Amino acid sequence: MTDRIADIWGERTPFSRGEHWPVRVDQKLADGIAEGDVDRWVQSACVLCSNGCACDIAVKDDRMVGIRGRAVDRVNHGRLGPKGLFGSIPGMTSQERLMRPMIRIAGELVETDWDTAMSRIVERSKTLLAGKGPLSHGFYTSGQLFLEEYYALAVLGKAGIGTPHMDGNTRLCTATAAAAMKETFGSDGQPGSYLDIDDCDAVFLYGHNMAETQTVLWSRILDRIAGPDRPFIVCVDPRLTEVAKVADVHLPVRPGTNQALMNGLIRELFVNGWIDEAWVQEHAVGVDELRAVVDPWTPEKVAETCGVDAADVRHAARIFGESERVLSTILQGFYQSAQATAASCQVNNMHLLRGMIGKPGAGILQMNGQPTAQNNRECGADGDLPGFRNWENPEHVKQLAELWGVDVDMIPHWAPPTHAMQIFRYVEQGSIEFLWVSATNPAVSMPQLERIREILDRDSVFLVVQDLYLTETAQYADVVLPAAGWGEKTGTFTNVNRIVHLSDKAVEPPGNARSDLDIFLDYARRMGFTKNDGSPLLGWDGPEDAYRAWQECSRGRPCDYTGISYDKLRGGSGIPWPCNDENPDGVTRLYGDGVFPTEPDCCESFGHDLLTGASVGEQAFRALETHGKAVFKCADYAPPHEEPSSDYPYRYTTGRTAYHFHTRTKTARSWPLNRAAPTAWVEVSRTDAETLGLVEGDIARVTSPRGEIVVPVRVGDVREGTVFAPFHYGYFDASTQVSNGRLSAANELTITEWDPVSKQPLFKNAAVRIEKVADAVGPSEAPTTTASRPFTPGTVPPTVGGADGEASSVVDRDAWTADRAEALS
Amino acid sequence: MMLPVYLGLLEKAERALASSYRQVAEGHGAEPDIYHLCQTLAKQCDQHEQALATVIERYGERPDDEPERLHAEEMSETRSGPLGLLRDLQDLYLLANLVDVTWMMIKQAALGLRDEQLIQVVSECESQVKVQLGWLTTRMKQAAPQALIVAQ
Repeated sequence: MTDRIADIWGERTPFSRGEHWPVRVDQKLADGIAEGDVDRWVQSACVLCSNGCACDIAVKDDRMVGIRGRAVDRVNHGRLGPKGLFGSIPGMTSQERLMRPMIRIAGELVETDWDTAMSRIVERSKTLLAGKGPLSHGFYTSGQLFLEEYYALAVLGKAGIGTPHMDGNTRLCTATAAAAMKETFGSDGQPGSYLDIDDCDAVFLYGHNMAETQTVLWSRILDRIAGPDRPFIVCVDPRLTEVAKVADVHLPVRPGTNQALMNGLIRELFVNGWIDEAWVQEHAVGVDELRAVVDPWTPEKVAETCGVDAADVRHAARIFGESERVLSTILQGFYQSAQATAASCQVNNMHLLRGMIGKPGAGILQMNGQPTAQNNRECGADGDLPGFRNWENPEHVKQLAELWGVDVDMIPHWAPPTHAMQIFRYVEQGSIEFLWVSATNPAVSMPQLERIREILDRDSVFLVVQDLYLTETAQYADVVLPAAGWGEKTGTFTNVNRIVHLSDKAVEPPGNARSDLDIFLDYARRMGFTKNDGSPLLGWDGPEDAYRAWQECSRGRPCDYTGISYDKLRGGSGIPWPCNDENPDGVTRLYGDGVFPTEPDCCESFGHDLLTGASVGEQAFRALETHGKAVFKCADYAPPHEEPSSDYPYRYTTGRTAYHFHTRTKTARSWPLNRAAPTAWVEVSRTDAETLGLVEGDIARVTSPRGEIVVPVRVGDVREGTVFAPFHYGYFDASTQVSNGRLSAANELTITEWDPVSKQPLFKNAAVRIEKVADAVGPSEAPTTTASRPFTPGTVPPTVGGADGEASSVVDRDAWTADRAEALS
Repeated sequence: MMLPVYLGLLEKAERALASSYRQVAEGHGAEPDIYHLCQTLAKQCDQHEQALATVIERYGERPDDEPERLHAEEMSETRSGPLGLLRDLQDLYLLANLVDVTWMMIKQAALGLRDEQLIQVVSECESQVKVQLGWLTTRMKQAAPQALIVAQ
């Protein structure tokens, strides 16, 4: 048994380059349950981060009682992280689950039956459609539902109602990944594979605290580091994360200056001739413009702008330029910061310049923040057209109209889909009067919370909230719908490296809760949405029906699912799309042949100007003569719009801890996880703490132009001049334990601003001031095991799990996996 | 030589556009993308004006005596609400088009004069004006249905 709260990544299983990552099966059973007690194991995958670890759910007496990793699976080779081990089951089995629908009567939410709740929704929906039309409706969904549910929502929204106002919280976590890939490669679709960790000589982590956000993926890297030929590690992060601690080069950039760094790194590639000229000539367009844009960005200029050492910039570039196989991973430090799409495109560009794409060990992982974010993007519940179709391509819209049996004009395609922040703006202005929120908690997760609360509280909007719990958001709802979740319904989802998993239903949902798919289908039926031939628009009978419909929608597109059936997913490993007659076992890496989906008739987007977000348009895109070549998109550095001032002298950034997911809706219900990180905190560097007269545990007020939070101080390893706050902490359990009546959510302070291309909000760029309000009564409760550790080791009690935090681990270096099968094939 | 007349027209138009971007930024500050991008584009217009200054040093500028029918006047106030935003963006679009077509004429003259320095200035500024027009179009197309059909 291992204390996996104290030891987040578990036992090392070192391996060298090109070897097989050994299997280690991690397992956690509920108290009092032994392996022999388990009635059956039900196949699934973990939904508590974006990694997509395959697992089996232990069921006894029709209750979920435990979890273990699936040894055979390509993603995790049996491993699970602390959130998966300790959060999966308690997150679903809490007594606080919603059991019955609720409607608001005389200001109060009261329980009711499904027919009453759905009738109320349908009545309002029909009235608004008749009076104001489809633009009165908005849908804001998640990165937590299953593929089948997103597809149902996309079809009912686009072909049933006909509204462009659809998005998901994927806008907050993964929109830039999609945008950067569309700009560079012509379409969404992850080029790389987790297998590239096994084969690489260097890993670059850009704004990606992988040690906390994808702990199992980080275990794979730790095992390479522990092996005989460790890869170089380069880390771009303003905090001394666990990644930074093992890095050969740590570039602690000032938040908001990523693009300056990227321009500098690329300039070094040009200056030193670390370019595969022949490959670039044959496989990409626009290199001259890129060279001109980066030209002024000498390492010294980067150093001055970003606050890093020029020598480190040179060193990092040299590692990139001279390593044979480099893997780059990118996450929120880039996606939620200024010039998000531009900086993420520059990572793509670095790989294009060296022709390092689609080859073992030479890959790009534009990461996701959530387990099913990829499906939202594919299926179009985020507003995009399903199957990576291009809304500016009439032929693509026609394909959907034929597939769905509706008129082309029913499907909104006159402008880009309305992004989440704009949807909320339309609600604020009163033009969206019906908002349906599923499986997400904007009252804690969106920027500038005071404003978001006012919007949710408006009388002009009819708010439907569909969730597992009565979240902070649900408390504003007119109708609350109790949803069945993970383990209580069947469906599929797809992780960062395109691997599709099936999650089977293990148990019945509590009370009268229903799957999100059933709820959407019921709404469509009650609304009477039909095809042109009069048959139901969504005449599906359960998830497998929906999945088959999606397979047809994906046929011939980059995300082709036609070769992946439910049966094929049962029993073995997850399978990476595209999977079809041509590639019956799926495709591990994309673009190994240097051919990209930039054909104008095929591409998902004609692209955008990276400074303004202006659409390039079909004509200008055709003039690029891409024809399967990738596009070097670039932009000069532009300083963030909110920089420190005399009133707000510190840079403010937000992020995650390893022990919580999102707004703690599930993880706060896990005793070991919540005890490891029970309350909010703010991290301040030692130097700044001295200046401010703060010591560990002091209560501080952090103020931005939007609001304030009052939280305990962790004197930690963040860079000087920058303060960090975890974004997980809202108010549902805030009675006394969390915030003692004071505001503590990190997003009280964040700015309402977004990237012009991806429309992803800037959670990592704000200016704040910080002041002491009370003496410490003890240290802050920030975890000591990760980037939030105290600056001076041993000065606060260590984060441990004790008996509750123990899980079993069995290493089997010879065990069979799908990766091994592929290596031998 | 009448190029100085056009240089003067362009300088005036860029200045009016810069000022109008700032006006719209302030007037529609509740739309964060409008606020920040209009500020950014205003700075671009300032830079264009500075680039023109070096040209004007060489050629001079002078008004012409012809009557002005379309005045390149800066926006002195903004409208409010979704429809007001749409109309203000459309005003910017008209001004930016005037700037664009004026650059086009300057470019023709620059080519005729074989003035490499002026050709360089035109090529840098003109492409940015095209992007400005692209952004205004993109943003108006997004805003129009909501503003014209359902907004109050």
